[in-house]
Amino acid sequence: MTNALTITTPTDRTVTLTRVFDAPRSRVFDCYTKPELVRRWLLGPPGWSFLVCEIDLRVGGSYRYVWQDPGGASMGMRGVYREIVPPERIVDAQLFDEDWTGGETVGTLVLVEQGGKTTVTTTIAYASTQARDAALRTGMAEGMGASFDQLAEYLASLA
Amino acid sequence: MKSSSPVPIESAQLDATFAALADPTRRAILSRLALGEASVMELAEPFAISQPAISKHIKVLERAGLISRGRDAQRRPCRIDARALAEADTWLERYRRLWEGNYRRLDALLDELKSS
Repeated sequence: MTNALTITTPTDRTVTLTRVFDAPRSRVFDCYTKPELVRRWLLGPPGWSFLVCEIDLRVGGSYRYVWQDPGGASMGMRGVYREIVPPERIVDAQLFDEDWTGGETVGTLVLVEQGGKTTVTTTIAYASTQARDAALRTGMAEGMGASFDQLAEYLASLA
Repeated sequence: MKSSSPVPIESAQLDATFAALADPTRRAILSRLALGEASVMELAEPFAISQPAISKHIKVLERAGLISRGRDAQRRPCRIDARALAEADTWLERYRRLWEGNYRRLDALLDELKSS
């Protein structure tokens, strides 16, 4: 069974994603920090693949991701690590080459383990409310399916 | 090399919708209206702000297409307008699908690592 993903907007510049994984956090941490593992899952929409996946895991070190879509076009981003506390926390500053996020974003990854399961909380702080809202609207994945149940949940989470 | 980005499709309506949703009082008003229509006076009641201030928020929500006002000259009750909300929800849904896809792949990878 798939664990549920929760998306909330705790402040007017942030988006938070929360998801439980059935694995200890050291293993989840590896999946976020080892290029050969990151390549396996951080892919975006169906059909996308990694062209570049390089990670220099140290404070002040950077990572570089470049993806390719099925049409051959590429999308790249770079991040610089600000905080690394294995296996529980990573803070990094991120910027896409095309800067479609309206300036640098700061990502905070927090891993909490309980009973062999890991809760992953990802918070992305955008440069502005407009930047965040644009990101929430990106057409990165296909598929529609507006549902008022989900909307009610979303609004409840905002209230 | 060609360059691609997950291009946000421009829509002034969506900008207005998300801007309107960015305010906690307006979100509270929408949550209240999700239960059924209400007059401005009824909407102002739970808030420690004046009726004119609430009226301003309602105008923003109305311009964003999130609510509509009834014709009844006395009350002009406010109600949620489904269309703009459905559109905003669709965008959020795409974001959700993107990450659900990534996380399902991570599930599979973690499962594989467990048995190796």
